Amino acid sequence: MKEKTQIGDIDRSLYDFRYEENEGDFLDSGITPEIISEISDEKNDPDWMREFRQKSLSIYNRTPMVSWGPDISGLDVDRIVTYIRQKSRMNTDWESVPEDIRQTFEKLGIPQAERESLAGVGAQYDSELVYHNVRREVAESGVVYTDLESAMHDPKYAELIRSHFMKLVPPTDHKFAALHGAVWSGGSFVYVPKNVHLDIPLQSYFRLNAKGAGQFEHTLIILEEGSYLHFIEGCSAPKYYEAGLHAGCVELYVGKGATLRYSTIENWSKNMYNLNTKRALVQENGRIEWVSGSFGSHVSYLYPMSILNGHGASAEFTGITFAGEGQNLDTGAKMIHNAPETSSYMNTKSISKSGGISTFRSAVVVNENAAGSKSSVNCESLMLDGISRSDTVPAMDIKTDKCDVGHEARIGRISDEAIFYLTSRGLSEEDARAMIVRGFADNVSKELPLEYAMEMNNLIGLEMHGSIG
Amino acid sequence: MSELLRIAGLSVSAEDKELLHGVSLSIGEGETHVIMGHNGAGKSTLGCTVMGSPEYTVTGGKIYFDGEDITELSADKRARLGIFLSFQNPVEIPGITLSEFLRNALEQVTGTRIKLWDFKKKLAAAMELLDMDSAYAERELNVGFSGGEKKKAEILQLLMLRPRLAILDETDSGLDVDAVKTVSKGIEEYRKSVGGSLMIITHNARLLENLSLDRTHILSEGQVVKEGDGALAFEVLENGFEAYVRKDS
Repeated sequence: MKEKTQIGDIDRSLYDFRYEENEGDFLDSGITPEIISEISDEKNDPDWMREFRQKSLSIYNRTPMVSWGPDISGLDVDRIVTYIRQKSRMNTDWESVPEDIRQTFEKLGIPQAERESLAGVGAQYDSELVYHNVRREVAESGVVYTDLESAMHDPKYAELIRSHFMKLVPPTDHKFAALHGAVWSGGSFVYVPKNVHLDIPLQSYFRLNAKGAGQFEHTLIILEEGSYLHFIEGCSAPKYYEAGLHAGCVELYVGKGATLRYSTIENWSKNMYNLNTKRALVQENGRIEWVSGSFGSHVSYLYPMSILNGHGASAEFTGITFAGEGQNLDTGAKMIHNAPETSSYMNTKSISKSGGISTFRSAVVVNENAAGSKSSVNCESLMLDGISRSDTVPAMDIKTDKCDVGHEARIGRISDEAIFYLTSRGLSEEDARAMIVRGFADNVSKELPLEYAMEMNNLIGLEMHGSIG
Repeated sequence: MSELLRIAGLSVSAEDKELLHGVSLSIGEGETHVIMGHNGAGKSTLGCTVMGSPEYTVTGGKIYFDGEDITELSADKRARLGIFLSFQNPVEIPGITLSEFLRNALEQVTGTRIKLWDFKKKLAAAMELLDMDSAYAERELNVGFSGGEKKKAEILQLLMLRPRLAILDETDSGLDVDAVKTVSKGIEEYRKSVGGSLMIITHNARLLENLSLDRTHILSEGQVVKEGDGALAFEVLENGFEAYVRKDS
């Protein structure tokens, strides 16, 4: 069946490196109230957080497993070590980060990147932040960029966090939101004061480096009125033979007239279950811009939601998903129009290859109170061979007739004529296919900062490599 | 002149239907040949097969380029040897600019990296010669181009890639008088600056007027039925094919 696209496993050595587990203290794999309590002890959780974790655990225990999407029965949550504590504490300068961790990061190019344009790096190694640095200019502007654990104990932010933490994504949302509420660890807290425009993007890298370890980082970003922030989340994890789980949570609060751009390239190793929940609440004339590239993982469920809660609020989602052999990536976005004259725009591309399954799933809800709203959904799929699959599942729930809603879907294949055309100009068949795929992904790479666009192009090249038999 | 392309007894099928039955012809270095015939006579099949289109299967005969048997070579390898085909219907490739594509193709064909500055200079000069708006360089390859713009973009590629053999498959079809003039200016420039060989598939006298033609081959039902010098092309255009397609007994 697989004569033309015979690739057992592509060479991901660039991404699938890891070092011996040494520093972490493993807790028991199963999840019990005692384990949650141990996490709370470790974190020195305030009382409200201790209670929150325990309450989330009981919600988790009574919430049924997700069953409406791709199969996740290969995931045994009880066997996943949910929390691994690094011996090293937070570091603010590179030199004091432990050597093996530094090597991993150096392979990811963080210090170089930082020297050039990073505003601050919050790099998550396993479950805790081991390196965190905010440049002076960022700090001077009043922007807070730190890890959530310390911010929780800072009297300046404690109340802010308590009143926002998992209010957008409550533990009752789904089983993995409940799990997240119980065992969350690490992640970022960003606060941008009124009218502050941060010109340089803030970046955060996540790495998962211990066998069987889940990653439950929490990102909480609050933008006050009239502010601007570009936050870049880059994820890639080394490869393991046991199934890994990523159940992170991202909560974004976009104030009146503020704009938040949230960019992600996810490149989890191909045995990972990526069950991530991302949500933004946008106030009057505020704007959220999502740019999302999903390349890795075995199974993904990822549908960033934008709740347009104020008059004139807007959301834009630009996404690309690339599903190769053994991958079932179920991605898309949700737009909730909950105020008049709100607008949403979704533009996604998905690519499937070597038997990969790529599903675009979207939801647009326009409530009665959202007269004068506009929504446009545009999704295109490209299947690179006859054994791959691509599905489109758009849902719309329109409760007012005073709105303008459009949807367009296209599914295609690379034509033989296109390949002949490009090869007749000297490109090899492999390069011709890669060029067509890159062109197909162009509208997404254009949205990314240059270094990420290059990384994405490299990833496409890597995924395409060896695709010709 | 030494022989550049030799087609020897070529039979070609597509979807189990034989389209060419033992076609033979040869083109010398720097020569210009015209291929004529009715629609469906096999002209495009011949051009595409010489380029290496996977749509066609060679069932008999051989194709030699510069003495080398290329019958089994893939299209990209033929391109690197110096064969070029100007497509009748150039394909639209979204997301890749004309300039980006051309630079990539040029590096593949020549096997060397080209400095961006040098490339841009050459590209601008070639575009000017073809009366192309320089904005086209940054437009997506053939996407939304009119018929005439697509054909000009093919000739632009011809001038940039500088092949040893250019096959022009009805490059003049669907073009207005001015566009044909521009295209023929491009072809003359190719003859002058590259000195390569040409295999021109056409029905149009205007494209041929300013070229010195070496040979004319008339195809009918997948066979060469008549051959002659350059003047034959104009005779055919004047008198129609009928007088020539009847096979000499």
